[in-house]
Amino acid sequence: MIKRKWDMFMESVSMSVSNIVGSKMRSFLTTLGIIIGVAAIIALMTVVQGATDTMNAQFDAMGLGTLRIQINGTAIKRGLTDAELAELEACEHVAAVSPSLNTTVSASRGEAWSDAISVNGNDAVYFEHNADLLARGRAIHAIDVEQELRVCLVDGGTSKTLFYGEDPVGQTLYLDGREYTVVGTIDEDEDASLFSQILFGGSTDGTVYVPYTSAKKLMGTSTVSTLEVYVTDPDLTDTAIEEMETVLDGLFNYKDNTYTIINMESMTDAMNLMTSMMMSLLVGIASIALVVGGIGIMNMMLVTVTERTTEIGLRKALGAEPGQIQMQFLIEAIILSLLGGVIGVIVGLTVSYLICLNTDITFSFNTFAVVLGVSFSAAVGIIFGWAPARKASNLNPIDALRSM
Amino acid sequence: MSNDFFSMRGIVKQYDMGGEISTILKGIDLDIEEGQFLSVLGPSGSGKSTLMNIIGCLDTPTSGTYMLHGRMIRDLDQKQLARIRSREIGFIFQQFQLLPRLDALKNVELPLVYAGVPPRERTRRAEEMLVRVGLQDRMHHHQNQLSGGQQQRVAIARALATNPTLLLADEPTGALDQRTGEQVMELFQELNAEGRTIIMITHDLKIARHGTRIVNILDGELSEGVSAYD
Ligand SMILES: Nc1ncnc2c1ncn2[C@@H]1O[C@H](COP(=O)(O)OP(=O)(O)OP(=O)(O)O)[C@@H](O)[C@H]1O
Ligand SMILES: [Mg+2]
Repeated sequence: MIKRKWDMFMESVSMSVSNIVGSKMRSFLTTLGIIIGVAAIIALMTVVQGATDTMNAQFDAMGLGTLRIQINGTAIKRGLTDAELAELEACEHVAAVSPSLNTTVSASRGEAWSDAISVNGNDAVYFEHNADLLARGRAIHAIDVEQELRVCLVDGGTSKTLFYGEDPVGQTLYLDGREYTVVGTIDEDEDASLFSQILFGGSTDGTVYVPYTSAKKLMGTSTVSTLEVYVTDPDLTDTAIEEMETVLDGLFNYKDNTYTIINMESMTDAMNLMTSMMMSLLVGIASIALVVGGIGIMNMMLVTVTERTTEIGLRKALGAEPGQIQMQFLIEAIILSLLGGVIGVIVGLTVSYLICLNTDITFSFNTFAVVLGVSFSAAVGIIFGWAPARKASNLNPIDALRSM
Repeated sequence: MSNDFFSMRGIVKQYDMGGEISTILKGIDLDIEEGQFLSVLGPSGSGKSTLMNIIGCLDTPTSGTYMLHGRMIRDLDQKQLARIRSREIGFIFQQFQLLPRLDALKNVELPLVYAGVPPRERTRRAEEMLVRVGLQDRMHHHQNQLSGGQQQRVAIARALATNPTLLLADEPTGALDQRTGEQVMELFQELNAEGRTIIMITHDLKIARHGTRIVNILDGELSEGVSAYD
């Protein structure tokens, strides 16, 4: 009995395949809606997921228990002096404070030249917490900071621009006319520049890390307006924030909007919420294409039923049960939309792979998206194939036979 | 007189032609014994095909009762009717009704698909039937690659494939020359000798005489014998 059902099923499949292959162009156009819908869903999910993962990795790289303080300041007090930084560092639950300056300068070395090199001013603490950053050579030490030494670390972009084909370590370069000695190189993968690009936009030829005291000179400032804070215990981050708020409020006379404390962890949460909302919205829009595609399938199947009225009548006259006729047409609709689904998955993966290739987003095969796309298309086949299949099965054999 | 094998009583078929009712079959009574070879004679438009469709459970009468193999056809649902068409009846249509997309062999296999015969056995039986109607060298030809007579023989092979007890043939020699027509009649007599009941429609008295019994339809009414032609 099961064997017979299976034979019948295979017979329906082979009949459907020969019908679909028999009118290739029409089948392709019919499935186009499904192809577009599924491809859009796959591409959106893969790219958005990839972007989220990349961004999360960037946030994670900044570390748990890391806070970022952005000083907006007032007209007379733009940032924090070294003494005030020490005051923050003195808070009970603050382990260390690491100032961070960022500017864009022109850099040169002999003939090589760039007018847009990003300079990050950091201290030894920063490199201790971001040990992965260092590729070769040495990091910035406390003594470099103390003595405002003109040493620097360069990334791949800078190396390419200024030291093409040479080992930069030990060489010198000029940042806005000041001579610096390269003491180390930065590991590209650990570079937070994508994160900076997303947040601050724009792009530079490369990034150079210098002692923050030296960066202050480059920028002609005596204060710091961005700093990272490492707390003693990630569980007590909120306490640390409160302590620092007390200090900062004191420094800025309780004025509003003079500073912002950014908790990376809560930012990640907010970001994830935002991307998942965006994702549902986009997938929702893409689903409309699937519905339209489904209507296309339904239309094609209705036309097919009308065209094949005689055939249906004949099959019934030769002993086909209504259920068997219905199954044949349903299978045809499902195969048609599954075909669209599979092509859509391939197109979607290709498109998202290409997008990822041309951006910094890492491509990862999203199994869930593929399963979703394929099962969506199968569901579309069942839902929109049902009515035409039912219509075919209800045809009166003699009316169907006579209609030729 | 009534029998369990085949009995029709007062079969009426009417069509509603836009308000005007036209009566095609006007109360047909017909009993057939198992093993008979019945020829149905009648001029064009007399209602022969209409009657045949009702006999083949493809159409339903407006009124009257039809009993086949002890079952009241009126009381059966679509699925049960499909089973009867599949297992008990072989139908040779007036216009052959081959599926143009399938070759001769696949056409003959078609009723076997619905009878639930496994694929290998299906092909074997279909080949056997095609050999029997003399088409061993035309198995993979499509409808448009076959002559009218060859198409007719494919249709016959298809009707015989499921080994039905009741063979219905609507003008089976209509497209054949006299010699091939005679061959088909020989085949029918052979099948009849094997115990199969045959109902054959024709308007050719010579062909009709191959049957064991002849009825005549004229203007929707059935009479025994060939009186109208004498
Ligand atoms: N669906 C229908 N609606 C209206 N009238 C119909 C219908 N089907 C058949 N008829 C009419 O019924 C009559 C009998 O048709 P039928 O096909 O039974 O004739 P026949 O005896 O088989 O003729 P032939 O020898 O030419 O095949 C014809 O006049 C035809 O017009
Ligand atoms: Mg006829």
